[in-house]
Amino acid sequence: MQRNRPSGFRISKRVLPYVLSLPALLVCIGILIPFLTSVVYSFQRYRLSQPWARQFNWGENYLNFFTDPKFWNTLQISLLYAGITVVLELLLGLAIAMLLQKRSTLNNFISIMLLMPLMTAPALAALMWKLMTNPGFGVLSYLASLIGLQDFRWASSPSTALFTVVLVDIWVYTPFIMILLLAGLRSLPTQPFEAAALDGVPRSFVFFRITLPMLTPYILTATLFRLLDSIQQFDIIYAMTQGGPGDTLTVFQVEAYLNFFQSTNVGRSAALMIILWAITYFLSNIFIKNWLRLRERARGQA
Amino acid sequence: MEHTSLLERFLRGAALTLVVIFFMFPIVWIFMMSFQTNETILRIPPQLVFEPTLANYTALITGKLTTAAGTLDIAFMRNLWNSVFLSVTSVAVALLLGVPAAYAFARHKFRGSEDIAFTLLSFRFAPALLVLLPLTLYFQKLGLANTYIGLIWVYQLICLPLILWIVRGYFEDIPADIEYAYRIAGHSWFATFRKIALPLAGPGIAAAGLLAFIFAWNNFVFALVLASADKQPVTVGALAFITSSGIQYGQISAAIVLSITPTLALALYAQRYLVEGLSLGAVKG
Repeated sequence: MQRNRPSGFRISKRVLPYVLSLPALLVCIGILIPFLTSVVYSFQRYRLSQPWARQFNWGENYLNFFTDPKFWNTLQISLLYAGITVVLELLLGLAIAMLLQKRSTLNNFISIMLLMPLMTAPALAALMWKLMTNPGFGVLSYLASLIGLQDFRWASSPSTALFTVVLVDIWVYTPFIMILLLAGLRSLPTQPFEAAALDGVPRSFVFFRITLPMLTPYILTATLFRLLDSIQQFDIIYAMTQGGPGDTLTVFQVEAYLNFFQSTNVGRSAALMIILWAITYFLSNIFIKNWLRLRERARGQA
Repeated sequence: MEHTSLLERFLRGAALTLVVIFFMFPIVWIFMMSFQTNETILRIPPQLVFEPTLANYTALITGKLTTAAGTLDIAFMRNLWNSVFLSVTSVAVALLLGVPAAYAFARHKFRGSEDIAFTLLSFRFAPALLVLLPLTLYFQKLGLANTYIGLIWVYQLICLPLILWIVRGYFEDIPADIEYAYRIAGHSWFATFRKIALPLAGPGIAAAGLLAFIFAWNNFVFALVLASADKQPVTVGALAFITSSGIQYGQISAAIVLSITPTLALALYAQRYLVEGLSLGAVKG
């Protein structure tokens, strides 16, 4: 308000950046507090149903994991889910990006159209697939029966539940990898490719020796980005099966959610989240290095 | 590159067709289901030709569902309104907090600036429930449980890092000399920010805002944990709707269509900036 009066209140130059970033800093602190609380909880025996029995048991929550088959199931299914989705989405996304590489009206139109699954809320995408795989009237169940898969039960059978949620994940997130790699492909310099074409170099050689190496920073960033999100997947799995049937799909966040709200075991839930956090912290450090390199490059071009 | 054989062009076309079918089919199918009555939906084999009806949409909008068993109240419009309100205010707050901070990070390298910026970025990748579960207990003590204010604050977890890092990139792209020249002409710091930096970064700020809106709208877990029925956005509301309405598949489809239309429309509008937003400013489209 006082900015128009030259004699008015002036913020000194040294303090100014701090004043500007203070609100963001406060949000940082506001989020670090519950984070630290989680760390404390993870070292406690704490059940919401038995508040009187709350006490520090130090590493017991973590030590129990070693002998807890449910924990190993959670770890295994989380890694399996992240591994399968990221590998399939990377292969599929790269293939689609190569198909759409040439700039043409049709290719641009298709690439924009393919963004639609990515912009659909993952929880709603899971509901859409749930409707389509309904055993009674779902169109996909009908199509499955046409190709001889009678009584294919999709997410409600333990043997196909993982397949079904992976399919939804692929539907939602392949466009993410596709769009990043497409931007990468289109930003590559054209000279090496022209030279290779002139020399009659076989196309498989061009792909493995020129395209892939030049695309690596983009592939790394897209993959790590997806890996970080995929290992924490909650929306699709919870909306589709709530971790079931049984404990087939109790990935980290779903298991922590169920522990907290159903078995009210806050201590175990917090310990699970800390372990997941450690995994994502490790991955995000690798990610940020690659991401910064790519960001510098994009800024350099601007 | 020009001389592609006929076979290759055919194979490429076929592959692209399959890709488009796989990614478009669910949206098209749900859209079609939303115009059908339960009877046509339940028919086997599924029908491609049917008499479209708007009954599902009118039931949702009026909030009254008439079935053979009687009328049922649907609170779906309330969810839709919650989604709009939560997303718009969260993005507004994030812009208010994030744009000045982004400017400070881009222009003034001060002690701790990178630490704050990277801590905010790391929130984007930390498991949401790690923060949310203790927050439910704190919110109950603070009286923030099931309030819009509490939810908007938590939504900053998604919106703020996104806006900070994208807008920062746009500010860095503005040559500092323009700003120095304006300052030497005797204008205050704030005038320079308002008259030079903000307009030049304007399109980037708008794009970041639109993207933050899409991500806020699509969020599921925050409201699932922290909000009860009357404050829930569509993502959580639609899930509850399935259990409460039982077998009204037409209405569920119509609800899904209404819930995904805003983000799809915005995405088409902002698609030029999507690549940059999705990579948090690391890849330019």
